[in-house]
Amino acid sequence: MFDHAPHAPPHRHPSPLDRLDPRGRIVAAVVFSIVVAVAQRFPTLVVALVAAAAAALLARVSWRAVLRRLLPLNAFMVLVLVLVPLEVEGLPLATLGPLEFSREGLAVAARIALKANAIILAMAVLMGTMDVTTLGHALHHLYLPEKLIHLLLFTVRYVDVLRREYGRLRAAMKVRGFRPRISRHTYRSFGYLVGMLLVRSVDRSERIEAAMKCRGFRGRFFLLDHFAFTRRDVPFAVASLAVLVLLALAEWVH
Amino acid sequence: MSDCLVSLEAVHFAYDPLRPVLAGCDLRIAPGERVGLVGPNGSGKTTLLALVVGLVRPGSGRVEVFGKVRATETDFQEVRGRAGLLFQDPDDQLFCPTVAEDVAFGPLNFGVPREEVRQIVARSLESLGLGGYEDRVTYKLSGGEKRLVSLATVLAMQPELLLLDEPTSGLDDEAEGRVIEVLAGLPQAMLIVSHHRPLLRRLATRVVRLAGGRIEPLDGQL
Repeated sequence: MFDHAPHAPPHRHPSPLDRLDPRGRIVAAVVFSIVVAVAQRFPTLVVALVAAAAAALLARVSWRAVLRRLLPLNAFMVLVLVLVPLEVEGLPLATLGPLEFSREGLAVAARIALKANAIILAMAVLMGTMDVTTLGHALHHLYLPEKLIHLLLFTVRYVDVLRREYGRLRAAMKVRGFRPRISRHTYRSFGYLVGMLLVRSVDRSERIEAAMKCRGFRGRFFLLDHFAFTRRDVPFAVASLAVLVLLALAEWVH
Repeated sequence: MSDCLVSLEAVHFAYDPLRPVLAGCDLRIAPGERVGLVGPNGSGKTTLLALVVGLVRPGSGRVEVFGKVRATETDFQEVRGRAGLLFQDPDDQLFCPTVAEDVAFGPLNFGVPREEVRQIVARSLESLGLGGYEDRVTYKLSGGEKRLVSLATVLAMQPELLLLDEPTSGLDDEAEGRVIEVLAGLPQAMLIVSHHRPLLRRLATRVVRLAGGRIEPLDGQL
């Protein structure tokens, strides 16, 4: 369930991206995704995919990390490429018994695959390489609701504590000979396990709140880090803008 | 007795009315004192610390901290700025993703300007031998490091009084020795909940025992 630390960035070497203002990266990724999502023409989508791949190259993201994100997506895309041409009516491209693959359907499916890959790749490069703490703080500076950001940051901090708690309870069950089967005893025991985790989490959250109150917490967070949009961010901003303009031109002025 | 840092008088407290935790508890802590607090499990030692900073309120009795009777949340907000409580489980105390942010949390809450906070963070960590820990991820620290960072988060608030809940529980000998030495070098008055005899012998100026909801002196037999 929680195999690796949730905040672990998917690359190891520091990339030029790390020095950029994270807010710029988030805005670029989001705007790019919206443009790609509404675009319909193939040239636009191909340009988008190439741009995302170029960003991945420039950011020196590890290819293994990128593939780990793209593989599950494309496994699903294979399904789309097979099923959508069957669904959409149009010029028949091929027939297999009673099944008819349409040209239009294939175009729709290909568009979906291109869009999905471009968006996921851009997100993986621009936002996936950020640690979650930075992401949370950047979102805060982009005026997202504080409650959502606190949820994100507390989840990152405590998911591992909960995982260890789960591991301890599970181990305690195992050493007393518990083996999951299809039986009422199993269901009840797992029910107790989940219930106990919930109770402990509530207790812990109360202790955390008490600890925060002891340090003067009154419902507002103050962040230590401030981001700055510096000269280093200008080339990135210009490049992002250029890509977006290129996409818009390819889509709407051809 | 307004020259006392803490003065509890006839304090009663119960989570469950059938089983009172504190029943007529009296305790005084004078400036410069380091009071060790022992007592059986579940005797209310942690509750007593929580009472001093107003995390729980007594059913009856008087809680006087820093020379004033404290009763309302506002009273205790001031107390919490001046008394540092070290929790038994550092995972309860360290909730920020990085060490620097966690140490900065208290001072930021009290409106200290950012530049000054950075200095406080550096100084607090340095004083505990944790220089360079600023960007470490809190939940990846070892048990001993977590305890010391927790202590740094408390010291960053420049408290006049330290309330320590089992400061060495769960630590190995080396980490334990380090925590004890660090505590011995601090100037603050302390109330130390612990069963660890070497720690009490090294730190406490006197030891009291909480049993049956009351405080009794414990002399000489550590």
